[in-house]
Amino acid sequence: MQTQQAPLSPRKASVEFRAVSKLYGKVTAVDQVSFTIQPGQLMTLLGPSGCGKTTTLRMIAGLEIPSAGQIFIGGEDVTLRSAADRNVSMVFQSYALFPHMSVLENVAYGPSVQGLKKSMAEDKAKHVLEMVGLKGLGERMPSELSGGQQQRVAVARALVLEPDVLLFDEPLSNLDAKLRRRVREDIRELQQRLSLTVAYVTHDQEEALAVSDEIIVMNNAKIAQRGTPHTLYSEPADLFIVDFIGDANITDVVIDKVKDQQADIQLGPLRFTLPQRGLGQGPAKLAIRPDAISLSADRGLTAGVVSKAFFLGRLWEYTIETEFGALFVTVPGRAAPFVVGSSVMLDFDVSGMVLVHDCPDKKM
Amino acid sequence: MFLSHLPRSVLALLALAWASVLVLPWYWLSSFDATSLNGSLAAFWLVAHGKSVWLAGLLLPLFTLSLVLLPRLSQRQIAWLLSLGGLLALVMLLGQGFAIGLRGWDWPWVGQIVGTQVFGAIPIQQGLGFGGYAYLLAALMLMSQGLARFGLCRGDAFIVSSITLSFGLITLFVFFPVSRVLIQSVLVPDGPGGGTTWAFAAALHKLDDPSIWGLACLSSTRNCGVVWNTLFLGVVVGAGSTLLGLAFALIAGRSQWPFKPVIRLLSVLPIITPPFVIGLALILLFGRSGFFTGLLSEWFDIPRSRWIYGIYGVTLAQLLAFTPIAFMILLGVVQGISPSMEEAAQTLRADRWTTFRTITLPLLRPGLANAFLVGFVESLADFGNPLVLGGNFDVLSTKIFFAVVGSAVDESRAALLALILLVMTLAAFWVQNVWIGKKNYTTLTGKGDSGLAAILPAGVSWSCALFVIPWSLFMLCVYGIIVVGGFVVSLGRDYTPTLKHFETAFKITPSDFGMQFSGSAWNSFFATLEVAAISTPFTAALGLLIGYLLSRQKFSGKSVFEFCTMLSFAIPGTVIGVSYILAFNVPPFEMTGTGMILVICFVFRNIPVGIRATMATLSQVDPSLDEASLTLGASSLTTLRRVILPLLRPAIITALVYSFVRTMTSVSAIIFLVSAKYNMATTYIVGRVEAGEYGVAIAYSCVLIALMLAMIILIQLFVGDRALGRRKAS
Repeated sequence: MQTQQAPLSPRKASVEFRAVSKLYGKVTAVDQVSFTIQPGQLMTLLGPSGCGKTTTLRMIAGLEIPSAGQIFIGGEDVTLRSAADRNVSMVFQSYALFPHMSVLENVAYGPSVQGLKKSMAEDKAKHVLEMVGLKGLGERMPSELSGGQQQRVAVARALVLEPDVLLFDEPLSNLDAKLRRRVREDIRELQQRLSLTVAYVTHDQEEALAVSDEIIVMNNAKIAQRGTPHTLYSEPADLFIVDFIGDANITDVVIDKVKDQQADIQLGPLRFTLPQRGLGQGPAKLAIRPDAISLSADRGLTAGVVSKAFFLGRLWEYTIETEFGALFVTVPGRAAPFVVGSSVMLDFDVSGMVLVHDCPDKKM
Repeated sequence: MFLSHLPRSVLALLALAWASVLVLPWYWLSSFDATSLNGSLAAFWLVAHGKSVWLAGLLLPLFTLSLVLLPRLSQRQIAWLLSLGGLLALVMLLGQGFAIGLRGWDWPWVGQIVGTQVFGAIPIQQGLGFGGYAYLLAALMLMSQGLARFGLCRGDAFIVSSITLSFGLITLFVFFPVSRVLIQSVLVPDGPGGGTTWAFAAALHKLDDPSIWGLACLSSTRNCGVVWNTLFLGVVVGAGSTLLGLAFALIAGRSQWPFKPVIRLLSVLPIITPPFVIGLALILLFGRSGFFTGLLSEWFDIPRSRWIYGIYGVTLAQLLAFTPIAFMILLGVVQGISPSMEEAAQTLRADRWTTFRTITLPLLRPGLANAFLVGFVESLADFGNPLVLGGNFDVLSTKIFFAVVGSAVDESRAALLALILLVMTLAAFWVQNVWIGKKNYTTLTGKGDSGLAAILPAGVSWSCALFVIPWSLFMLCVYGIIVVGGFVVSLGRDYTPTLKHFETAFKITPSDFGMQFSGSAWNSFFATLEVAAISTPFTAALGLLIGYLLSRQKFSGKSVFEFCTMLSFAIPGTVIGVSYILAFNVPPFEMTGTGMILVICFVFRNIPVGIRATMATLSQVDPSLDEASLTLGASSLTTLRRVILPLLRPAIITALVYSFVRTMTSVSAIIFLVSAKYNMATTYIVGRVEAGEYGVAIAYSCVLIALMLAMIILIQLFVGDRALGRRKAS
């Protein structure tokens, strides 16, 4: 049946927050947040639970109305517009598939409440179902599908309206670990193929790094840092970001000398030269990524003793006691193991080490 | 395009507002009076004819509201115009309505300011008619449209309108009448000139009345005060029904008796039985010419007496009527006790009896207290049984009734008694909420619990049986007599089978004009069906809407709103009846004697069950379903219709069944409100009982019970099940 089934062509639109706040009584859930999502980009809102990322997402959807500030979608002020009047679709954490409707009815719901004739709406729905790889499952009820299939129905239902902006609220949290990687690749692939503007909420940093064009890390209702995944990992703004994005050993160091934006630091008996990153002389914090330390039996800069060792297949995870504290170290799983209690030599790769500002609102 | 800045709903509401003053008759049509023109004209034309000139003030808010039609207004300006215009319209309408009554100024201080006479006459007016109500509705809805434009409730006009409408209805039909009771109880008539004064002292004096508080029965043979009677009856019935209910619940929930289905049946029957039918059956069994009285006098020469009329009869009837409720509550609690608790006790070497004594019974305690309070409250509220069986034994509910319809009509005394009853009932509910609410040992969790419930110790089992068997037989007798009574000439005297009673009540004579319903009961039967048919869907719809608002929307004043909706459930029917008479007998909301007031009374008495059922069901429905629908571009009305409603089927059934059954069975509130034209089945039957026509009364009751059973089955079939595509549990 070849009806006018033009491939989905969502209009690309930007999303802009201008000093948006949301208060629940006296609790500030989102505090003076401003950002822009460029058209066709996937922006992730990342942060610990209660940081305001979901509230931010729901304000884009129109499910919450800001207490102050303005929201623009595609350059239009939509601050006071209800969810039904915005061209924004959302994939819910629980998928929120209507349990009394079949898969096809679920996907056709959007077009049909927009006033499209039932047959047209269903044609559209079938087309999108095929696109997400669920051809032929339209007559099933949602409860008869697997978790991954339900997730795809939720995506199809959101896509069928060709939204300006597509929102994902922790879409992978109900899937088992194996499936997560595949689904997140599918989402990214779909987003790039259709060049959708997407806002994506997650608390899983690995997921965020994998799918995003850009990441906004939120903490305590504010934006802690925004940037590309690589920027966040290599140039974290403060201790919170270091701690949140990827693992890191945080150690106290002393900056001896600053010259040409390079800082000479002392880590116990060791000396390194690292980018200064705006820090001055005196005590500072140093983040060492666990994979920036290599272990060997005889060669290295300093010595330590293995206190814990776990084999994870792909990796070895060690905790090494050194004279400047315990360090968490990961080593490829194929390397020869060290037993607990043995002494090892440690070597450091400066590209995996970064000086950071102390976190302003975190007592450490 | 012209007017394209306004949605169609606003335009339609504006049109309605104008129609309400230009076209629709402003005053209630039944008070049509050919000489005054008042009955049929719209407000505008009344003013044009120089009648009710104060109605001109109603036009001002309409002009304000109509300013939104101007082009180039900002959304903010439209919001202000609609909210303030709507509010002004409400103030104007209610102000003039309450200030000017049937016989002149109801608010004399307004008269003193503007002069007692308006255009040379004391202003008088009747209750509002279609025009008045349309104006009220339009004003409320336009105000909601305005408020929604300020971003209230996420800017959703449908939600704001629903909230204001529900709030308005609850205020008008629950809060307003109840507050009239409070006011009336401290008002004293001012002498022949009409008008009333506040008189707290007089009210206090009235309170000091031996017929209310007297304790004469303790020291002499005279009767105690009506408050003590009511309290005593309530405690006895509460305790008795709890004990009996517990025995039944233990047998049904924890034993392997073969007769459990019989218990189930017996527990459902009283729910679809009008309460006074039990009293009626008791008269037929134990009255002077009752079935057992006859047997006893023939066999043992025990003289016939009237012992059943009075406290014994009322207590017995209420125990029969309310034990099933206690049973239902306690069965829930018994089944809610997690079997693993008892299994844990047994693995700790406790024998069956110790387990029962130390685990099962203590866990039941809050349930027992709850059952007692419910029995107590039901007894306070019961009106039919004391009316039929009371004799000289007065309780508050009957006393209130006779203060309104008796030989000495005293509305303020009725209001005072109603207030006492209301305080007692609310106190019981308060205790239930505050004290028991916190002590509920819910041991049923979401985790799988595959234990086996402990078997009752033999001693407990047998003592329960000692209660259960005779009581079940007794109930079977009671229901037996209801079935048999309709088919014999006269119970106790003449047992010749006959269809005479059915013929008297439900005769259909073929005539030239088709069938003629000549039986004496048809009139009230059709009226009941009509009222039930109109009120049931309204009750369900309003209950669902309010339940949805309460569980899914955030708005200020929500807890007050919730309290008011529950209030109408807690208030005894007699109090409601009195309050409706006080509130709706006079302008501006004058509607006694109409069928409408019956419908309204039932709707607002029965919505709490719909609300509760909806809230319980919605708490199990993920809110992101609503949100998903909203983000897919569906309005909240569409969401409600296409997503929420299909998932609410069980709640809809509960609301429909319950409200239908209550409409068919209740008597206390509506006995105040029925009129010759709108007599209800229950009040008709009570009338037959009082006239001694037991045969007709019993036959009619039978028909009602059968009809309700049929209706329940029909509603179940019609509304059907939720289709969730779940595999049915095998």
